[in-house]
Formats: sequence, C-alpha cells, structure tokens
Amino acid sequence: MLSEHIQQQIQRELIKYPAEQKQSAVMSALRFVQDEKGWISTDDMADIAAYLGMAPMAVHEVATFYHMYNLKPMGKHTLTVCTNLSCTLCGALDTVKYIETKLGIGMGEVTADGKFGLREGECMGACIDAPLMTLSNRKLCGRLTPEKIDQILAELDKS
Amino acid sequence: MIKIEIDGKLIEAPRGSMVIQAAQQAGVYIPHFCYHKKLSIAASCRMCLVEVEKVPKPLPACATPVADGMKVHTHSEMAVTAQRGVMEFLLINHPLDCPICDQGGECQLQDVAMGYGGGDSRYEEEKRVVSAKDIGELVSTQEMSRCIQCTRCVRFGQEIAGIMELGMAYRSENAQIMSFVNSAVTSELSGNMIDLCPVGALTSKPFRYTARSWELSRRKSVSPHDGLGATLAVHVKNNKVMRVTPVENEAINECWISDKDRFSYEGLNSAQRLTKPMIKQGGKWLEVEWQAALEYVANGLRQVANSAGADQIAALATPHSTLEELALLQKLMRGLGSNNVDFRLRQTDFSADGKQAGAPWLGMPIADLSTRDRFLVVGSFLRKDHPLLAQRIRQAVKKGAQANIVHSSGDDLLMPIANRIVIAPSQLVNTLAQILKAVATEKSASVDLADVAVSESAQSIARSLISGERSAVLLGNFAQQHPQAAQIAALAQQIAELTGAKFGYLGEATNSVGGYVAGAIPSAQGMNAAQMLATPRKAYVLLNVEPELDMHNPQQAMAAMAAADMVVALSAFKHQAMEYADVLLPIAPFTETSGTFVNTEGRVQSFKGVVKPLGDARPSWKVLRVLGNLLNVSGFDYNTSEAVRDEVLANGDIADKLNNQLTGVAIQAATGVAGLERISDVPIYSTDAVVRRAVALHKTPDAAAPCAMFHTQTMQQLGIAAGDAVKVTQGAGSVVLTAVADDRLPVATVRVAAGHAATAPLGAMFGAISVERA
Repeated sequence: MLSEHIQQQIQRELIKYPAEQKQSAVMSALRFVQDEKGWISTDDMADIAAYLGMAPMAVHEVATFYHMYNLKPMGKHTLTVCTNLSCTLCGALDTVKYIETKLGIGMGEVTADGKFGLREGECMGACIDAPLMTLSNRKLCGRLTPEKIDQILAELDKS
Repeated sequence: MIKIEIDGKLIEAPRGSMVIQAAQQAGVYIPHFCYHKKLSIAASCRMCLVEVEKVPKPLPACATPVADGMKVHTHSEMAVTAQRGVMEFLLINHPLDCPICDQGGECQLQDVAMGYGGGDSRYEEEKRVVSAKDIGELVSTQEMSRCIQCTRCVRFGQEIAGIMELGMAYRSENAQIMSFVNSAVTSELSGNMIDLCPVGALTSKPFRYTARSWELSRRKSVSPHDGLGATLAVHVKNNKVMRVTPVENEAINECWISDKDRFSYEGLNSAQRLTKPMIKQGGKWLEVEWQAALEYVANGLRQVANSAGADQIAALATPHSTLEELALLQKLMRGLGSNNVDFRLRQTDFSADGKQAGAPWLGMPIADLSTRDRFLVVGSFLRKDHPLLAQRIRQAVKKGAQANIVHSSGDDLLMPIANRIVIAPSQLVNTLAQILKAVATEKSASVDLADVAVSESAQSIARSLISGERSAVLLGNFAQQHPQAAQIAALAQQIAELTGAKFGYLGEATNSVGGYVAGAIPSAQGMNAAQMLATPRKAYVLLNVEPELDMHNPQQAMAAMAAADMVVALSAFKHQAMEYADVLLPIAPFTETSGTFVNTEGRVQSFKGVVKPLGDARPSWKVLRVLGNLLNVSGFDYNTSEAVRDEVLANGDIADKLNNQLTGVAIQAATGVAGLERISDVPIYSTDAVVRRAVALHKTPDAAAPCAMFHTQTMQQLGIAAGDAVKVTQGAGSVVLTAVADDRLPVATVRVAAGHAATAPLGAMFGAISVERA
C-alpha cells in the first residue's frame, strides 16, 4: 500500500493533468516512493499502477528506464558517478576506482553499514565540471579530486 | 487523395497514410520489422528507411506521411546503404543460430537479411545474452537473445488484446521484453504474439521442435469452436496435425485467431481418441468391425421403434457438428418416424420455437461490429465466449463507440465500459424491460410496462443507445441459455427497433446457425433438447455429445442416459459414454472430414479434411448415410458431403433463412427467485470435445478448476470465508468447491462453471442452488 503521504503527493500531482490521463503522473509517483523508502520495489510499482489505472508492466518500464530510480536499496547516501564520455575523458574512471577503494564496495553495491551506495550514472549535462557525481540525486558535485571526495564523504558521514 | 511517386510509379494514397502503406498498395515491398498494419507505429527498427527527394537523410517509410509530389526511392544508393547498415546493426546482437532456431525457414529476419544484408559481419565482439522468462504455457521465450526489440508483442497486448502484459524494461543495450515480475501472459489472444514476432524470440511452446516449417503442408480449414468460424491454416506432417495458424480474412478474423483456435489441435492427437467401433456386451467393451457395429445400431433402433414407438428415439448433437452431419441426423430421425432431434443443448427456454421467423444470427456481417458506435451486450461472458468479437468491439470502443453491458457478472472486458448493470439472472428480464421503458419514454412510444420502475443506470443505457447512429443490441450465450431467453430476446428486439439498432445473437458455437439451416430442430410434434431429458426416452443417438458437459442440466442428462435401453454415441473420443452407452462409433473431428459450418453472420464455409481419419474413425456424414441405408430410409444415396450440403442449401438463399424477428412473446417483467441463484459460464477451454483435451490450454489459468464465486456480502450471509471448502448442492447432486470472493458478482448468487467434470453432478445452469460449509 502507498502511504497516506505518498497518496497525497500523487493527488497534488494529478491536478496538473487531464482526468483521463492519470498515467502522466507516473514519474512523480515513482519519485515520491523513492523519496520515502529510498528505493522502489515491484510491489510499490504494482501499487502505483493500481493507483493510476495503468498496467503494472507500464510502470515497470518507466522505473527501469530511468537510472535515477533505485530498484534495490542503495544506502542512505547514493553516490551516482557519471561515466559518459566527457567525464571519462576527464578521469571519471579514476574517480570511480578511488571511491570503490575508499568505501570498499563495487559499482551497484552498498557499504555494510548501509550508509553509502555507489551507482553508475548517465550524462548530467554539466560536462564543464567533469568528472561529476550526484549525491542521492539531489546535489551535484563537480571537478572531483580525491581530496574533494574525502571531504564530501566525511561530511556525509557526519550527517 | 495525394499523388506521390514511388520508384518511378505514380500512385494515389489517402491523406494521412504512410509511405509504407502507399508502397504496399503499389506493390512495392519495403523491408520492415516493427511496422504492422494492425498496430500503432513505433518506427523503432529503422529497417524501412527510404530516400525521399529533397530530404537530406533517409526517412522511415512507416512513419513518414505521404505528401503531394513526394518522390520516394526504395532502391537508390542512399536507401540501400541505409538498409544494409540497419541490417548489420540488427544482426550485431542477434545470434546466428538459424539451423537450430524454431523460426528458421519462416523468419522475417532471415528473409530480410538474405535480401538486404551483407554476406558477413564486421562485428567480432561478444553478443549480448538475454535470459529466458517464463510467461506461461503457450508462448515460449526460451531464446530471448534473438529479440530485435520491435515491440510488436507489446503493442499487440496494449492495442489488440487490451491488456499490457509484456513490456520493454530497461534501456539501450539492456532493453529486454519481459512480463511484470515473471507473471504469466493470460490473454485469450496471446498466441498471436508468436505470429507477430518477426524473429524466433517468441515461439509456440506446444509446437517447438516438433517440425520444421518446410516439412509442413499448410491446408485451409475453418475453426470448429466459437461462432466466429475463423479461417485457419492447419499445418500437417505425416498425416498428423502439428499446429494451427490464422489465415488472413478481413471479413471474419482479420489476421488473428484466439488461443482456443490455435492450440486446441492438441486435442485431435489425444490418447483418448476413439479409433475402433465398440459394442458393450455383458458389461464389457468389445472392439468390432464397422459392419457389425452399424447393424447392431440399426437393429437396436428398429427394435425400439417397433416395440415402443419411434418417438422413444431421441437424437442430440452439438452445434460443433457440421451442417451435413446435422442434416443427415435429422433426416435419419425423421425417416425413422421420430421428431426428437435438437442441437441447442445448453438452451432451456424453447418458447420462442415457432415464433421466430428464421435462424437467429448476428443480424449483421461480423465486420460491421467494428463500425458500430453504440453497443448493448446482454448476458455475455464476452471475452471468453467470443474472444475476437470482443476484440472488434474493443477496437470500436477505441474509436469512440460506447459499450453498455447488462449481465450477471462484471468481468473485466479490457475496454472502457460506458454503462454496466450487473444483476442476478432472475432480474435480467426486468432490467431489459426498464431499458425498453426508458427508451420508449424518450422516443414517446408506448409500451405495456406500467409496473416497471426505471433505474438511473437503465436510463443511462437508454440515452446512450438513442444517441448513437449505428447501434447494435447483442445477446450473448448467457442470455440464450437463460430460462427466460425468449422474453430477453423479445425485449432486446424491441429496444433495437425503437433505437434503430441492429439486433443480433452472438452464436455460441461454430454451427449454431447451421443447425437451424440443417433443420436439426424438432418440429411442433417433436421434443426439444430439454424435453428429451425431462421425459426420458428409451434410445438416444448422441452426435459429438458428452451429456454431462454439453447439456443445460447434466444431472438430468445423466439420469436419462443411465435409464435408457440403448445409447448410441458417435464420438471422436472415448469419454463418459463408456459407462452408459451401448455402442461407440468412432467419428472424425473437423480435420478429418469434409463439411460445412455456417457461422454467426450466416456465412457458409465449407472445408475439406486435412488429414486421413485416425484408425478406423470415419466422417460421421458417411456413418449416418450408411445407417440410413441400413434402416431403409429413403433419400440416403449421397456420394459426397457436398451433395448433402447442396441439398440442404438448395431451397433458397441462406440469407432468407436468417431472421431474428420474434413475435408473440408475452413479457412478465416482475420476477424474483428467493434464495441463492446460480450463475454459470462455460469456461473457454471446456466448450467442446476437442478443446477439452488440448493439454497446453488446460495448464493455463483460464482452465483452472472451477470454484464457487460469491460477492463478499453473500459470503458473510452464508457464514463462509474465501478459501473455505463449500458444498454446493442442486437437486440430488452436490460437489465440494473452494469459495472465492468476487465483488463483481451480484449479491445472492453463486457463480459455478458448467461444462466441467468437476461440476457435472450439479443440475441446471440457472436457478436455485444451495451452499453450505463442507
């Protein structure tokens, strides 16, 4: 079941669309679920489908298409490192390697304490600041160096 | 019309049509995978790239609308380079395993690669692998790596079947076709995805690896199941039916067939096939020669006729029998002096006999359903009883038609429903009377329905029908099997008359119209199917009939069979008749005999046998012919089934025999049954003898064991809970079923399927029934 809060949020979203096109709210609905739970289970997808009158598979298609939706628990803080061309040319692979060694996890994994998760991302449209990563899809961090990464992780560790 | 030029040919195409459609019209082939004329346009495969003059890059022909003066080149250097490039890309991840691929030899990718691809590949890296998914018993996804992401299967589900069960998850290189959490595809039209798949990714699970396409000979036939009579291609190898696919026939089945039509062939090769004539002697079954068996039958029938009178002989046939078989059966019975012959086995109200102007039929061509703008469907498990007629209505609704439903179950029809009234079976007449009264009031016509109170929803249906220009009022199987079928038909007819709608019956079986044309109904002094059982006869001749599954009241049917002195069963299968019959005559199913079906729109469709009869089985028209000779009935000198057909159809045009006009039926709108009422459907894979024995179909959810379904409120009243075992009783028989909650049913009813061995001990399909905790 979708929580009361999520249902309210979806309701507010639905006002933006014609009544017979409720499925327009599917991306927002998925985001609300992820914001609350940290990730989206197939049960959540089925609930969203029922709520918006869509086929569950149609929700599944959307959820798996966009890389910002977590299909499994990705830790309290999800680090998404861009590995597209511009970032890779500016050393994104070294960034990834540094984070992997530092946290002791690989791509798509979560630290044992559940604090950090690491994901591969697609171009974030800010190549001028390459290499880049986002923190839990919210904060964009650019021009990454080992020192800067240490600093970011230390701050997150405290929160 | 717009004038364009394709490869130098000047052609005219309707505004809004695509280049690929215009090219097809002009006979120019443009290679394609994702484009399909019945599906929406995806333009995802890029195979149909063509050059259009004054456009600097190649354009996809399937998604480029025609424009005046457009000049298209499908074989120019630009087009060929583009096609070759796309082909190379498509083959990058496609395994080159054609020799072991089930699709090999009938594969669109193989053909197009041959015509438009290069001879070798520059790609040497690893190909991607996609794991197999389990999506049910009919469609295999064992080799998903072969998928080229054309999404035809996905669009078919969304647009034709009305339910999106497959989708394309993930993206780019990881994109793959799958169902939601590996759930099974349950659509009753799912097999069409196998035909649509241009590669070997979706294949037929029952057929896989049993034959190569070039070993099969493809023979045309007609579906022996629902009233549609779809045109089939039966694929034969070594005198055995290996599979069935559709033949495109825009007027009937378009390019689809239901899973029932596609996979029921497994029943033809069932181990239960009866291959030798058999006689029961001293309680034991003996295999005998035809001559002995037929003489035994002739003597037996003659004896009954002489000692007890010819009217002690009764004949029952299923509406899945051919026109010729039904015609000869009735001729034989009448030759013997008995008028007791009927094929309307699940009907119980025969009061319309003699009041009906002709054979009840659809009232319009099947293709007309697609152009209707208002529907009133009364008493029909539409999707399961008529999968492709439901599909036509679904397409009409998509184009803006309004579907109104009056039924005793609110099953999901996978289309938007404008108004739906769900009432207990006993309220059906009253509900239609309400609609009629509402229509009459709006149209200021007078009807004699003073004591009928019109409900809001009946009013809405009336308004919907009146607002249409091309309406249709259709009666489903449930309405025809209803104990007040004549009143329902009379009311529906009046509603249709007042609203200017076409009025029709959705034919239950492939030859439901043909049975009337063949005259396989009793005349005034004869007995109908219900009477033959209510007043048991001494001898019964059963043509294709399994009384405990095919009759309206199996309890009564079995009692009559058990009490009879002689039961002759003409059957393609060994069945329950082994217990009560005296003679079993092995007859040929539709693939092994020539014959004719008259479908629900009155189309006469003759077909030839596609394989030789199995063992000693013989076409039943021949068996009946010889019986006629042995019994010295005159006029039994036919040499071919065509001669029988021509005689039946000789007197007048078939169109003259079709008439839904019903007069002189009195309406008693105020009715009510105290206590629990039974609602019965005949499950989609239990309708006839062949499909009952189709193995793969019986592993699908549609063939699940029958349960007792109730509204939650009814369950509370009865003090039972979902999952409980309940004892369901009608008359002297009872069965134990699992209780299931279904709030789409009306209260004070229980839905129990008919036509199934598990519910055969019960009585009539309608009426009082009692339920208690087991």
